[in-house]
Amino acid sequence: MTVLAATAPTPRRSAWRRSQNARTAYMFLLPALIVMAVITFYPLVFQVWMSFTDYGLKNLRATSPAPNYVGLANYGRILDNNIVIPNFDFVRILVFNLWWAFSNVVIHVVLGVIVALILNTKGLRLKRFYRAIFILPVVIPQIIVATVWRNMFDPTHGAINYLLQGTIGVLFKMPPDSFNMDWLNQPNPIFAAGPFILPLAYFALLTANVWLGWPLNSVVATGALQSVPNDLYEAAEMDGAGFWQKFKTVTLPYLRPAMLPYAIYGFVITFNLFYLSYFMSGGGPFGQTELLVTTAYRLVNEQQLYGVAAAFAVFQFFILLAITLVTNRLAKATAQFDA
Amino acid sequence: MTSQIGAVPSAIPAARVIVRRRQRSNLPMSRQALLQVLCLLITVTVLFPIVWIVSIALDPRNIARPDGLNLIPPGATLDAFAQVIRQPTQNPVSFPQLALNSLVIAALVSVASVGIGVLAAYAFSRLQFRGREFLMIAVLAVLMLPAIATIAPLFVSLNKIQIGSFNLRASLVGVALAVTSGQLPFAIWNMKGYLDTIPRDLEEAASVDGANRFQIFWRIILPLSKPVIAVTAFFGFIAGWTEFYFSWMFLVGDTKSWTLAMTLNGMVGQYAASTPWSQFAAYAILVALPVSAVYLYLQKYIISGLTIGGVKG
Repeated sequence: MTVLAATAPTPRRSAWRRSQNARTAYMFLLPALIVMAVITFYPLVFQVWMSFTDYGLKNLRATSPAPNYVGLANYGRILDNNIVIPNFDFVRILVFNLWWAFSNVVIHVVLGVIVALILNTKGLRLKRFYRAIFILPVVIPQIIVATVWRNMFDPTHGAINYLLQGTIGVLFKMPPDSFNMDWLNQPNPIFAAGPFILPLAYFALLTANVWLGWPLNSVVATGALQSVPNDLYEAAEMDGAGFWQKFKTVTLPYLRPAMLPYAIYGFVITFNLFYLSYFMSGGGPFGQTELLVTTAYRLVNEQQLYGVAAAFAVFQFFILLAITLVTNRLAKATAQFDA
Repeated sequence: MTSQIGAVPSAIPAARVIVRRRQRSNLPMSRQALLQVLCLLITVTVLFPIVWIVSIALDPRNIARPDGLNLIPPGATLDAFAQVIRQPTQNPVSFPQLALNSLVIAALVSVASVGIGVLAAYAFSRLQFRGREFLMIAVLAVLMLPAIATIAPLFVSLNKIQIGSFNLRASLVGVALAVTSGQLPFAIWNMKGYLDTIPRDLEEAASVDGANRFQIFWRIILPLSKPVIAVTAFFGFIAGWTEFYFSWMFLVGDTKSWTLAMTLNGMVGQYAASTPWSQFAAYAILVALPVSAVYLYLQKYIISGLTIGGVKG
C-alpha cells in the first residue's frame, strides 16, 4: 500500500479528485433535498402565497374552494394590531422578545463563565460531584421544566412563595399572607416605558430560564478554559498580573472564540423559546410575556387565521434573517473546517 | 551559545511545575471554604425544583395541593405513579398508550432525521459542488426558523391528503413529518460539524486502495461517526417524545392518538383544577425520566458533539 502510494500517487489522486464531482455530491444530497423540498421549502413558499389570502377554516377540506386574494391586508392587520387576539401589539411583542433573548443570554453567559472559572480552580474539592449536579437542568425536557416552574410559581401553593415565607418571612417576622405573590399574573408591570413593558411574570420566566440556561454555557466555557496553556498563566503571574488582569489578557482571548458562537446560538434559541412563555405565564398578564412564536401559535391554533398566521410567519422570517445576518458576520459559521 | 539556549528553558519549566503544584494543590483554606459555600449554594438552587417535584410525587398523603415546603415528605408511596400509569387525566387513555404514541413519533423523527441527514452532512463536509454555499445557507436559514413558523402551511397541506377515512394531518405520521421538518436541518448541521473533524488521510488512504465514495462513506465515515449519530438520533427522539405544539394542533380531536405532552397540557394551566399535584408530579417524572437517564448516560458524547457542531460550525 505504501509502495503503491509512493510510486504512483498522481493518477490515483486524480481519480480521487474526479469522484469529488457534483454528481456524487448530489447523490448524497438527494434524499435530504427531496424531503426538505416537500416538508420544509414547499411549506415556506406555500406560506408566502397563503399570506396574501384570507385562508381560514372554510378552505381546509380537499374539496373546499380556494381562498380569496386579499393583497397585503394580512400584513396591514398585523402592523395595525387589528387582530382578535386580546392585547395584541406587534411592536410591544417584538421589543419584549428581543429583550427576553438578550437579557437571558447575557445572564447565561456571565453565570456560565463564573461557574466554569470556579470549577476550574486547581485544588477545589468535590469538583466531579458539582459537575455531575450542575448538568441536571440540561437533561430535563423543556416542557417538563416549564410546567414544573409554573407549579412552583403558583400564588397559593407554590414552592417559591413557601420558600420566601420560610426564609425572609421567618427572618423578618412577616405575616404568612404577605407571601401570596401572584408571580405569573400580577397586573401592574414592574417597569414600563412605551412599548417596553416588564411585568413580574417576566422575572419569573427569567428565573426559570436562567436555571435552565446557564449550565450548558458553563460546559462550553469549561471546554475553552481547559484549552488555555498553563504557561500563559505562569508568565502572567511572573509579570505580577492580578486575577482580573490574568482574566482579561489570558483567559478572555481563549473564551471569546468558543463563547461567541454559542451565545449567538443561544440568542436564537431563546428568541424562539416556546415552552416557558406558553406554559408558565400563558403569555400573560395582558399578553405582556407573549413571544413571536407563541403569538404565531395562537393565531393558528386558537384563532384559525391561517392567512394572518402566514403573514406573521413571514415577518418572523425577516426578523430572524436580520438577526442572523448581523450575527453571522461574527461567527462566519459557513466556513468549511479545513478547506 | 546554542547549548546555553537549549539548557536554560528546560530548567525553568521544571522549577515552575514544582512551584505551581505546591501553590495550587494547597488552595488556601479561606478560599477553599468560600468556593465550597458558593458551589453548595448553586447545588441547592439546581436541586430545589427537582427535590420539590419528587417530594410531591412521593408524598403518602397523595396531596391535591401542598400545604407547605415539605422537601422531605413524611414517608413515601408510589400511589400517585400507579394512578397516573392507569389513567393520568379524565381522558380514558393509559400512560402506556400515550407513551406508545409518543414513541412512534419519536422513532420516526429520529430515524428519518439521522438516516437522511448523515448523507447530506457528508456531502457538505467533504465534497465540492456547485451550489454548496447556497444550500448550506438554505439549511442554516431554516435552522434559525422555529418549527412553529411553518405550522400553518403544514397543517393545511397535510390536511388535504385524505385517503378514505385516513387523514395524514390527523395521524402520528403527519406529526412526525412536521417535527422532522424542523429537526432535519439541525441533524445535518450537527453531523456536518462532527464529520469535519474526522481526518481526511483515512479516506485518501482508502481511495488509494481503490475504494469509491460510497464504500468510503459506509466503511470508514459511518463507523467513525457513531457518537454523533447516537447523539443526533437521541435529539430527534427527544423532539418527538416531548413534542407538543404540532400534536396539540393536529391530533387534539382524537383521544386515541394523544401524546404524553398533550396530556401534560391537560394537567396544568386552565385544566389544572381537576388534577392533584401529586399526580402531575408523578406524571412529569415519568415523562422526563427515560430521556433524562439516557441523556446523562450519553452526556459525554452529547456535549462534545454539541460543542463541535455549535462552535466549529
